[in-house]
Amino acid sequence: MDAFKTWLDRSGLASIAILAVLLLVVFPLAMDSFRLNLVGKYLSYGFVAVGLVMLWGYGGVLSLGQGVFFGLGGYAMAMFLKLEASDPQSTAIQSTPGIPDFMDWNQLTALPLWWEPFNSFGFTLFAVVAVPVLLAFIIGYAMFKRRVGGVYFAIITQAVALILTVLIIGQQGYTGGVNGMTDLRTLLGWDIRSDEAKTVLYFVTAALLLASVLLCRWVQLSKLGTLLLAMRDKEDRVRFSGYDVSMFKVFAFCLAAALSAIGGAMFTLQVGFMSPTLIGIVPSIEMVIFAAVGGRMSLVGAVYGALLVNFGKTYFSETFPDLWLFLMAALFIGVVMAFPNGLAGLYESHVKPWLARRKGAAAKAGEPPAGTPGEAGQQASAPASSSPAASHSTQAVAADGGLGIGTKVSSQSA
Amino acid sequence: MSFDEIYNITLMQGFAGLSLFAVLLLMGLGLAIIFGQMGVINMAHGEFMTIGAYTIFLLSSLTESHAPGLMQAYFPFAILCAFIVAFAFGWLAEWALIRHLYKRPLDTLLATWGLSLAMQQAFRTLIGPKEVSPTLPDWLMGSWEVTEGLDIPINGMFVLGLTVLVTGGVLLALYKSRWGLRVRATVANRAMANATGINTTRTDRVTFAIGCGIAGVAGAAFTTIGSTGPTSGSLYIVDAFLVVTFGGAASLWGTVVSAFGIAQTQSISEFFLSGSMAKVLTLLLIVTILMLRPQGLFASKVRR
Repeated sequence: MDAFKTWLDRSGLASIAILAVLLLVVFPLAMDSFRLNLVGKYLSYGFVAVGLVMLWGYGGVLSLGQGVFFGLGGYAMAMFLKLEASDPQSTAIQSTPGIPDFMDWNQLTALPLWWEPFNSFGFTLFAVVAVPVLLAFIIGYAMFKRRVGGVYFAIITQAVALILTVLIIGQQGYTGGVNGMTDLRTLLGWDIRSDEAKTVLYFVTAALLLASVLLCRWVQLSKLGTLLLAMRDKEDRVRFSGYDVSMFKVFAFCLAAALSAIGGAMFTLQVGFMSPTLIGIVPSIEMVIFAAVGGRMSLVGAVYGALLVNFGKTYFSETFPDLWLFLMAALFIGVVMAFPNGLAGLYESHVKPWLARRKGAAAKAGEPPAGTPGEAGQQASAPASSSPAASHSTQAVAADGGLGIGTKVSSQSA
Repeated sequence: MSFDEIYNITLMQGFAGLSLFAVLLLMGLGLAIIFGQMGVINMAHGEFMTIGAYTIFLLSSLTESHAPGLMQAYFPFAILCAFIVAFAFGWLAEWALIRHLYKRPLDTLLATWGLSLAMQQAFRTLIGPKEVSPTLPDWLMGSWEVTEGLDIPINGMFVLGLTVLVTGGVLLALYKSRWGLRVRATVANRAMANATGINTTRTDRVTFAIGCGIAGVAGAAFTTIGSTGPTSGSLYIVDAFLVVTFGGAASLWGTVVSAFGIAQTQSISEFFLSGSMAKVLTLLLIVTILMLRPQGLFASKVRR
């Protein structure tokens, strides 16, 4: 039983199980389909946040261009849905029936060749993941092989986000321009705008997200995860131990890209449109704050972070639009200055010891009749001592994480 | 089209590139000092530029309502004020925020992004969401007709002159003044500079504030070309960062050269392609070159 308990604690499965109950049981029971759809939309950002935990928290590489991959996944899905929505019957009034409406408005008379494969659902599902991963691989391989990291990488990814948005807005005839791809109706003949479809899509999103969290947790617990952490903290030592550091970083980047892309595709399905305003520089940085608020080291925390920040955004930007940006600013500054490990860090440093103390107190109160006071004290302190030790070690890792980002600079200047 | 017309168009397009060069360089200079010399990513740099622009606007409305006679003369004074105001805010930001984060460059990036959001919203609340432009003195208006069919706008020339002045001043200060000596010593080896009696924390603060002050001057120059809104600064921030990284982080000459290259590439390709495609082409070119040569055009030869 105790062995099982430590395993459960170490693997973090308990917190994932709580998240699963919340997403799959509590939310669907407590909310109507409109609100559930909203949560589903936030959850699709959760994919990006989970990817960032792997890339930034574990890999030590900050990407400010996750919106690019979110967008590529979302656009791939949107292209398929758009083609399905523009069959010759429903677009009969256009001068060229059978092509998406924005192409017709921009005097295109035939479907561009690179749109053709998106008629197939199988190809679309493949492209949702493959295109972003390929792009991430190219960028990551080119940069990490030359040992570019840290700040430079962040700036380059930001430039990529700018390039993609300018390109999409500029090429209106092929991409729908600044309006994006709107008026998406059916998926393989199934109306995605109905309440029932939205509920189903919510469950698909939640299940996929939980699967992603489990996958990432598995990676973290494997040797690969340990290597990622080691690389973040002392890159040179890992390199001198004979590992190809750059390929691990490329892997983390590709994994984060794939997750973001899945999130983007689920976003498109649930919201019914995709536009460049959702994937540019500003949204890409906001995605980083989801992970930062939840805790850059915690997969489950990142999901809560995405939920909370997005909920706050919806609530405040509707009721106090002036306050929202100030609040967002306070979030950015506060998370960095005061809580570098976000909500998960607060849980580790405050809630967990408190729970342990309560548990200890309860054990103490219940024990005395059974044994001598000395024994009771020992028994009570045993579970309590394991938790502070655990939280202390995570704090040490976390504190090192903060420094780990800077070690490259400091080790260079030393 | 006659040969003369093509010649004139080329010249004017080249001059448009020069105006872009001036704005990029003024933005990039401040960033290059802060990023190149201190390793701090200042995402709020654009907002310091906006502060400078708003300072000019406020002074111009004040002059207009209280001392209309001084309308012709207020501008140089206003530029100085723009520098001072941005300098002061930069000083404050360094004291309150940046100095705690020197060891965590990526976190600085997030914190200054938060700062930029707060500043944008503050502009919106205090000054209003509408774009404003100051009343410029008459001598900045109009254009200079060099020959038949070739007009060079005077405000463009003014911005260019200001850029040359500021760049020269910064280079001079960095390589000839005591402050410059302290900055360069701190960059080369912080611990050693500290050991020889240089107050590196103070140097950092002044350097950051001067970088912000130059952004304020950039904002002042910006008002002669376009109008200012709460988010004007953020439009240029990515380009400015690319200018600095492309030029090589620790090299001011690199910044000058890369600002020129980027501005001319964009303005010349704009002549052949649409504006957005020219931008995409320029950015792609920079990103590709940076991937092949990550240290930028002019890598510093300091051993680290």
